[in-house]
Amino acid sequence: MNIHSALPSRDKIFRNLLFVSSVIILLVCASMILSLVTDSISAFGEFGFFRFIFSSEWSYQEGNEHYGALPFIVGTLLTTTLALLFCIPFSLPVALFVGEYYKGRRITSFLSTITDLLAGIPSVIFGLWGFYVLRPIVVNLGLSEQGSGILTASFVLAIMIVPYAASLSAEFIKMVPAELKEAAYSMGATRGEVVRHVIFPYCGSGIFSAFILAIGRALGETMTVTMLIGNTNQIPLSITDTGNTMASIICNQFGEANGLRLSSLYAIALILFALTAVINIIGKILIKRAQIK
Amino acid sequence: MENPIIQTNTNILSIKDLCVAYTADHLSVSHVNVEIPRNQITAIMGPSGCGKSTLLRAINRMHELYRGIQVSGQMLLDGHDLMSMDPIKVRRQVGMVFQRPNPFPTMSIADNVMAGYMLNGLHPDKQQRNQIVERSLRSVGLWDEVKDSLTKKGTFLSGGQQQRLCIARALALQPQIILMDEPTSALDPIATSTIENLLTELQRDVTIIIVTHNMGQARRISQKSLFMYLGELVECGPTETLFSNPSHPHTASYLSGHIG
Ligand SMILES: Nc1ncnc2c1ncn2[C@@H]1O[C@H](COP(=O)(O)OP(=O)(O)OP(=O)(O)O)[C@@H](O)[C@H]1O
Ligand SMILES: [Mg+2]
Repeated sequence: MNIHSALPSRDKIFRNLLFVSSVIILLVCASMILSLVTDSISAFGEFGFFRFIFSSEWSYQEGNEHYGALPFIVGTLLTTTLALLFCIPFSLPVALFVGEYYKGRRITSFLSTITDLLAGIPSVIFGLWGFYVLRPIVVNLGLSEQGSGILTASFVLAIMIVPYAASLSAEFIKMVPAELKEAAYSMGATRGEVVRHVIFPYCGSGIFSAFILAIGRALGETMTVTMLIGNTNQIPLSITDTGNTMASIICNQFGEANGLRLSSLYAIALILFALTAVINIIGKILIKRAQIK
Repeated sequence: MENPIIQTNTNILSIKDLCVAYTADHLSVSHVNVEIPRNQITAIMGPSGCGKSTLLRAINRMHELYRGIQVSGQMLLDGHDLMSMDPIKVRRQVGMVFQRPNPFPTMSIADNVMAGYMLNGLHPDKQQRNQIVERSLRSVGLWDEVKDSLTKKGTFLSGGQQQRLCIARALALQPQIILMDEPTSALDPIATSTIENLLTELQRDVTIIIVTHNMGQARRISQKSLFMYLGELVECGPTETLFSNPSHPHTASYLSGHIG
């Protein structure tokens, strides 16, 4: 009977609820950034912004405190780059398999399910596997004495980002118009030639953006890296060295740190935040552009 | 070439009992027998869904790119069994032009013309390359229009120019036959008539098989016509005879606009 009057008011309450929830999320986000900034001020104030970034000293002896982010920035860039390099030879074939060679076949949905599963595995499990399975192999191969280090962490990181790079790349590969592929086939091209000369040129920018987003994930990955990288605070001199990334140094020391050291960890967090934000935004823009084409 | 009997044969392609099935229970092309005369234009007509494209794509063995399509029968290309040849070699000799112009958007105009060579792993030197580009573009009347923008992307051209570029791309490999599936249906009347004139000239060098819905077009440019209906070839013969004196009732009613 009064359904007409009841509906609008319920609608209104619901709309207000949505609004409030969105505002709360925005506030939480803003307060997070705010605390990153305010809590890192004392570190940046003490050492100076650029000195902090380019200093490689990390010593917390009382009375002789020196903190610099360079080892961790280098560690992060090194693990991420290596992870990307290791990830390409796995994710590109998977993407081609799913998006072109076996497109629409049952085996493809099986493979997609497996890679999705891979994406859902908690990172601590990757860490555990890396520590007890991969690390001894690295030792036995004589690559390093302790087994943990940049190389080990990067390799496991690579496996973790394969699903992201592969599934997005496959989407772009699927988007290549059949008429272009048929045009190439009709001139006597083989499948491999179509992949090289038609598919890759057409969706290269899309695949590139897929890898940028994968980098975005690798940059901030914490648990796996902390378990495998060896956790030392010097600049790694080779890929088999131990080290720390920005994420892993925070994870390692946040519980025991206070004062200037805590502020320095905040400063590193701020840099990491900015870096991942920039990479993700670039990736998203590139993906948009690639999709528009 | 070695066999003088084959060389003087007036039919370049002979199709015998050709059947194509997308699904096991239905023939989309059903027991087609036809001879395609050398250096002539042969038109394939018929109502939508009658199997024209399917027949055309059997000739350059495009169906093999997809799973589950059954092709049976025999085709002789200059006396050679086309079905047992390497499909890559077949497609180099039998080019194709599609309904919608499809130049490679990532390649320049010149690279589009050379795409067949590049895709086949052939790398002619610069001089040969320039010759092939000029010869192919001249033969489609595009040379004067694009000679100053050869390095621009082919997708900047108008629809009609793009389609001529696609014909040039197919011609560059000097095929014996070019298959065309409604090559002018996406074009305006002026671009269409340019291409019709072009095809009439091209038939000196190449055999053309063209699917068309445009009966006027078939009548203007083709010497031989095929009329298909529900997957079967119901009538074929000299275009003039087919138009002036169709022997099958389906042909007659299609040509007078009653079906299709
Ligand atoms: N990929 C496919 N899978 C299944 N059936 C198909 C496929 N392509 C075409 N067919 C069927 O085969 C028959 C012939 O199709 P075809 O495309 O050859 O017709 P057409 O004469 O070219 O028609 P149009 O004039 O509309 O282009 C149709 O019944 C169509 O539904
Ligand atoms: Mg068709």
